[in-house]
Amino acid sequence: MTADTFDITFTLNGLRKSIAVRTDAMLAEVLRENLGLLGTKVSCNEGECGACTVLIDGRTANSCIVLALEVDGCAVTTIEGVAVGGVLHPIQESFIEEGAVHCGYCTPGMILSTKALLDHNPDPTTGEVRKALEGNLCRCTGYNRILKAVSRAAEKLRPTPGAGE
Amino acid sequence: MNIVGKNVLRADAAQKVTGTHEFAIDGKVPGMLWARIVRAPLGHARIVTADTAAARAVPGVVSVLTAADLPTPMPLYGSVIADQPLLAVGKCRYYGEPVAVVLADSDEAASLGVARTRIDYEELPAVVTVADALAADAPLVHDATTAPGSNVHKQYEYAWGDVEAAEPACHTIVENTYTFPMIHHFALEPFSVIAWPEAGGVQIKSPVQHPFLLRRVVAECLKLELSKVRVMATSIGGGFGSKGYAKYEPLAAYLAMRTGRPVKISTSLDDAFVTARRLSATVHMKTGFDRDGRILLQKVDADYLMGAYADAAPRITQKASYVSCGPYRIPNLKTVARAIYSNTTPSTAARGFGMPPLNFALETQMQMAAKSLGIDPVEIRLRNLVKRGEQLVPGDIPADGEWSEGLRRCADMIGWNDPLPPGTGRGISIGIKNPIPGSVSNALVKLHADNSLTVAVGTSEMGQGACTVLAQIASEELGIPMDRITMIMGDTAAVPFDVATAGSRSTVTMGNAVQSACKDVVRQLEEMAKELGLIAPGEKLQINGGMMSDRQNSLSFNDIFTRYFSKTQGEVVGRGLYKGEVVAGHPLGGLSDFWEVIFIAVKAKVDPATGKVSILKMINVSDIGKAINPLHCKSQEEGGAMMGLGHALMEQMIYDQKGRLRNGSPLDYRIPTTMDVPWEMDSSLVENQDGAGPFGAKGIGESGAITAGAAIAAAVSDATGVFFKDLPITSERVWAALSAEKV
Ligand code: FES
Ligand code: FES
Repeated sequence: MTADTFDITFTLNGLRKSIAVRTDAMLAEVLRENLGLLGTKVSCNEGECGACTVLIDGRTANSCIVLALEVDGCAVTTIEGVAVGGVLHPIQESFIEEGAVHCGYCTPGMILSTKALLDHNPDPTTGEVRKALEGNLCRCTGYNRILKAVSRAAEKLRPTPGAGE
Repeated sequence: MNIVGKNVLRADAAQKVTGTHEFAIDGKVPGMLWARIVRAPLGHARIVTADTAAARAVPGVVSVLTAADLPTPMPLYGSVIADQPLLAVGKCRYYGEPVAVVLADSDEAASLGVARTRIDYEELPAVVTVADALAADAPLVHDATTAPGSNVHKQYEYAWGDVEAAEPACHTIVENTYTFPMIHHFALEPFSVIAWPEAGGVQIKSPVQHPFLLRRVVAECLKLELSKVRVMATSIGGGFGSKGYAKYEPLAAYLAMRTGRPVKISTSLDDAFVTARRLSATVHMKTGFDRDGRILLQKVDADYLMGAYADAAPRITQKASYVSCGPYRIPNLKTVARAIYSNTTPSTAARGFGMPPLNFALETQMQMAAKSLGIDPVEIRLRNLVKRGEQLVPGDIPADGEWSEGLRRCADMIGWNDPLPPGTGRGISIGIKNPIPGSVSNALVKLHADNSLTVAVGTSEMGQGACTVLAQIASEELGIPMDRITMIMGDTAAVPFDVATAGSRSTVTMGNAVQSACKDVVRQLEEMAKELGLIAPGEKLQINGGMMSDRQNSLSFNDIFTRYFSKTQGEVVGRGLYKGEVVAGHPLGGLSDFWEVIFIAVKAKVDPATGKVSILKMINVSDIGKAINPLHCKSQEEGGAMMGLGHALMEQMIYDQKGRLRNGSPLDYRIPTTMDVPWEMDSSLVENQDGAGPFGAKGIGESGAITAGAAIAAAVSDATGVFFKDLPITSERVWAALSAEKV
């Protein structure tokens, strides 16, 4: 099947990227197959599990059901862009410390959903955390430790009083 | 202890949180062919014609194969009996069965080839329920099962005492039929395998729990020597039993050998629903109690519905029904369990290995008896729970814990005697299971010249944390820091034999093997030290934290190593073996290594207007002997319990009469999300160092899934006064039951 291609330019983990994509290619496929970023996991491939979650302009999206050409001009963050300079992000640290990582298949998506939440709402209630992660399925952990990890991350990210901002 | 018992952070976690951890689905091999599968659209049908011309015409498609293109007789595979064909021959026996395979240079071409393949079928009547399968004129799933002319593959019986004679003495008899639905594992990582030909044999990369079992099954199927099949188990993105036994690997291996090229079979998450499921069951249970709530007898008829092929299902039926007594003292028991074929997804191992249906039935029986005898549900369990050292299943190991301790703690933690607001209820239950009896684990550890260590084991890392826990055991034994230990796992060409990553066995059985391999290293170091004259012969030695000391000297292991070899060569290779107790004539082949016991208590609220059940609080307490890593133990059990919550409240695979799966996708088959997590959830570990594993450890990991459902059911009945005998307890079912009550 030949499909037309389309040139897109977008920011990927802080770097500008220009790439020709098939008009019917999904973002997850382009990230994984064309750009070699395998950290974005694909499971259901139909927008139901959240394994493929990325951030588009700071909001979560299931990259398996977003056309790649839709991100033209946008800023995309994948799991590869969360740890900066080899230093784990406090969310990543918290997931490890709380035992919230088991098989790890859901983990990249979970971490990005958490990042989107905490970037917009640094002090979420338990109910808000649950709501924010509702679309990310995890069959291993039972979520309890993931919820704890999010609270821990929120705490770590909160500016220490008096430190100014 | 330095490292055992500590919440050591998971060794593979940094990779997992950065997305750099590799899964099989991410893998590519140069020159690789992509394979996609054409699947049967009906549960039972004759395959009339196959038209593959259009598929073969797709650019990039290399070949399209049906059974007609494969050898006759068709190679069959299976771990218990080899009854599953690489591709369906003549007829398909379940919806989604592989009927043809398309090989192409790209995944897109292979997928398009699948869409263009036309196969015509002639529908046959399908068997999708126990009742269908047992009907007098039932269509037969297989022409010749072990009971010809029937869908019953096998029947297993256990009995002790005299059930009939005990009946007159009973004050109360509770007798019910329970149903437990078909459930899918729902691992997030889809099935994916790469196989490639190699030196007259084949290599396979697959996220498989039991690499050595897979090696055997592939070797038998393709008539190869074991040494010609190399299985490399990749890190598993969720297994829960679904990735234990051979699935797509035999086909991939066959295709690789046939084409002479690497072949990757990829599937989707939807495909997983037609690849593996848990056994469903109908359990009829009759339990007799005396006036004080002591069990006098129990009669069980358990009909386990297997899928279209045996997979591990007969063994599951046999093994689960062996412990139909639960953790209780039952003087008179008779259990008959049948493994029955149907035209549904092949059923395989799943967290709890057949225990959940029996546990749900038995614990509900206890609940009903407590109510009708006016005895507190905790108290009735305490009266029947076997004591430490007391026999449970005659002839097997006795109770290896004081289980009342865990039950009491669990009750305390939920606030058993606190007043309950209206509309809420509390429930408690006990799960029990045995690991794989008489099983073998080998381990190899290699101490290097720089005092780092390689540990080679056949255990697979499936998220349970084996790579961390086994390294902790080695670290403790040899005093080598965790970051100097490298785990090599699941590669049959690189590690010694292990039977399976299953049954919550690895910490105990492989843990013992690793521990004894480390002790073997120490023994060799001791000999070296003696040979070098560094320690006096006959001296009593202190071994601790990588040091060996007699009264005069204290030597580090590395000191001995480098003096014996040098700083640039040599290796101390330690071998470890654990072999469970094999008993001739034992129905399961041998004795249990330990009993895996968990207590779960639940507080639930039921909305009578909608039937919605909300779990307010859930407590897990595990009798674990010794937690090598308490944090991971607790989070494992919570994961299991949440899976059990899903089974209890929402999950079921639904088939229509044509044997078509109607909800085989994550959109239609709901598993718990963050919104379903109990509002309070806490876990605790009973640690009395009384297990068969290293440092007194017992296994953990499956049990949450075994009994969470029973505890939830008990809480719901406490809240509503209605006993639910069919899972899942959906809002509709609760609402209907409450509405019926009102009429
Ligand atoms: S893979 Fe995208 S939502 Fe499941
Ligand atoms: S850790 Fe396995 S799915 Fe979440």
